[in-house]
Amino acid sequence: MSDDHGHDHPKHELSYYAKRIYAMRDLLIEKGVISEKDIQCQIEYQEARTPANGARLVAKAWVDPAFKARFIADPKAACQEIGIDATAINEFVVLENTPQVRHMVVCTLCSCYPRPILGRPPDWYKSFNYRQRSVSDPRGVMREFGLELPDEVEVRVHDSTADIRYIVMPMRPAGTEGWSEDDLAKLVTRDSMIGVMDALPSLPE
Amino acid sequence: MARGHHDIGGLPGAGAIEAADHPLSDWEILADAINQALGARGVKRTDEMRRAREEMDSAAYRDMNYYERWVASMEAILIEKNILTKDEIDQKLAEFESKWGEP
Repeated sequence: MSDDHGHDHPKHELSYYAKRIYAMRDLLIEKGVISEKDIQCQIEYQEARTPANGARLVAKAWVDPAFKARFIADPKAACQEIGIDATAINEFVVLENTPQVRHMVVCTLCSCYPRPILGRPPDWYKSFNYRQRSVSDPRGVMREFGLELPDEVEVRVHDSTADIRYIVMPMRPAGTEGWSEDDLAKLVTRDSMIGVMDALPSLPE
Repeated sequence: MARGHHDIGGLPGAGAIEAADHPLSDWEILADAINQALGARGVKRTDEMRRAREEMDSAAYRDMNYYERWVASMEAILIEKNILTKDEIDQKLAEFESKWGEP
């Protein structure tokens, strides 16, 4: 990725639609519909949104029961408490995993995702395969990500919309009593907040 | 009612999930940012963009990659709202090509 992305000009090897976005950008700026600064701000905003935001929320909820209660009751207010701007989400729902119930999030119709918290969705989340299979074979999808669930554990799949975005709060791994929030946050992966796997059992190498 | 081409939840025949992520190209980052900027300025809404994707040609929907679908739906919505015309976009592209010497 070049440092001046957004400012460069179309290259002849680009696809038809890739070229068109450069033309649309210039026209929208010339007409004053949006500004160059608007575009730059959005690039910076998206690049500042990463799964680390979600990991902070989950780790804090793991160590602070009062925060956890607030995070579940009013997720947007809980985000604001720790300086994460979730105002761009219309309705934000936290799904708490338990030993009996695992939650998994998809957008079968397209790619709705809690972008203000986690950033842009990964490619697999937007793929036809995930959109098709998540609702008919969620256990098979989890197995591919390395999570083998016993039959007695219930799986609930949540289909996102333009107005409702979900985040999964994975279970705190056993043996992490007394850990700092920072270390706990390292166990909370993006994929565990989409719900296709659990939090990591131990710190990554 | 028949399913639209976007309404694929639960359809059989899907393969394994490809977990690898591709780094975004500059044009994809630009398309993403323009889409968000248009939303922030109140020019269009998420559900309008989804409608545009739902109304596009089904074969094109399946053949395009993710951000190509975004660009196509942004173009459709901007034209529908009389903000841009297809001719203006075509003309701008022709200008680029003459200026930068690329076909």
